[in-house]
Amino acid sequence: MPPIRTYHDLTDADRSGLPEQIGAQRRRVADRLAGVGRVIAVMSGKGGVGKSYVTAHLARALARSGRAVGVLDADLNGPTIPRLLDVPHAPRPTHADGIEPAVGADGVKCISMAMLLEDGAPLAFKGPSAESFVWRGAMEASALRELLSDVTWGTLDTLLLDLPPGMQRYVELCDILGAPPAVLTVTIPTAESGDAVRRAMRAAAERGSKLLGIVENMTGQGFEGSAGDDLAQEFAVPVLARIPWHPTPDTWSALGARL
Amino acid sequence: MKFLCVDCDKQMAFEERHLPGDGTLAATFKCPTCGRVVAMLTNPMETQLVSSLGVEIGGRTVPEQPFETVRKMVSTGRDDAFAESTSQNGSLSWSPEAQERLARVPNFVRGMVKRIYADYAKERGIAEITPAVMDTARAELGLEGM
Repeated sequence: MPPIRTYHDLTDADRSGLPEQIGAQRRRVADRLAGVGRVIAVMSGKGGVGKSYVTAHLARALARSGRAVGVLDADLNGPTIPRLLDVPHAPRPTHADGIEPAVGADGVKCISMAMLLEDGAPLAFKGPSAESFVWRGAMEASALRELLSDVTWGTLDTLLLDLPPGMQRYVELCDILGAPPAVLTVTIPTAESGDAVRRAMRAAAERGSKLLGIVENMTGQGFEGSAGDDLAQEFAVPVLARIPWHPTPDTWSALGARL
Repeated sequence: MKFLCVDCDKQMAFEERHLPGDGTLAATFKCPTCGRVVAMLTNPMETQLVSSLGVEIGGRTVPEQPFETVRKMVSTGRDDAFAESTSQNGSLSWSPEAQERLARVPNFVRGMVKRIYADYAKERGIAEITPAVMDTARAELGLEGM
């Protein structure tokens, strides 16, 4: 028997065209984001450091300064952006080319899985429950892609992506966007937070993301440490803001002015 | 994924897709030279993995709809998450039987399904959507499960 040809040896047109379908999905994302000046992922390797809180207030500060801002709540399993931006539930107007984002406090456009799920319900998918870990990640990545490509964002100066803890969503974003997004890192002062955030920043840097700087949240009373300064020195990036427990609008405006 | 007829050393061509509704999928491929047909059978987990990518085996017959994956696959979506634009339907009418059938589609995906049928009818100059039109569209567009 002659050697069996391999996948790449077969070049006839494939009616399924799965690579072409994936390519079309990527183009859809690129086309949608063509009107977006810059995409910034707000991330941290650590949970509970206030990423969503920082994202929402930074977005509002940018909007108050006259910029067109959108927020995509990429925390599909624990979405909080609608509450932080004072967005009540309303059915999203849906057109052939996408759904309209909600408009929250200070005119910030936003989309979140919280708007699409039953109140209090977890994000659950139809499908076989056994070994669901095999496909659930891919399903979430598809949902993230649709949040990017199927929302009529229009023209924006900045689109902030509020990422959940960990690195998985960041890696998905890099693949979906086709290029690593700029990254704004949030930490709290403690060494424990610094340890987790360091890994995330290293991963983002290795992927090629531009590290914009660090926001040290919950400073002042309560948490001790110098994670913000330590990480800034290690990665040669600025500490863009230190957010106290009770920040004022000026705190956020100062952060917005540095971005 | 491609299929090779080893005897003929020819790439087999996709023929048909079947979704029996139990989570499995069957796709048939035919050798253009000898006519041999083989079927690829996937179990529910494998089928789900393909679905999770938002792609269609056999190719797309209608463009991807907004939030298609979320609307088809999320089981905890709220009924009133999407407010469908009515301007898409133009002068198209739905027979009472077709409306009744559409009403049985879960709310979360009803708007998307309605738009797909409406686009199908408009592209073919069909003025009224009836259950027969819906059946034909389902068969032609590969809308099993809708």
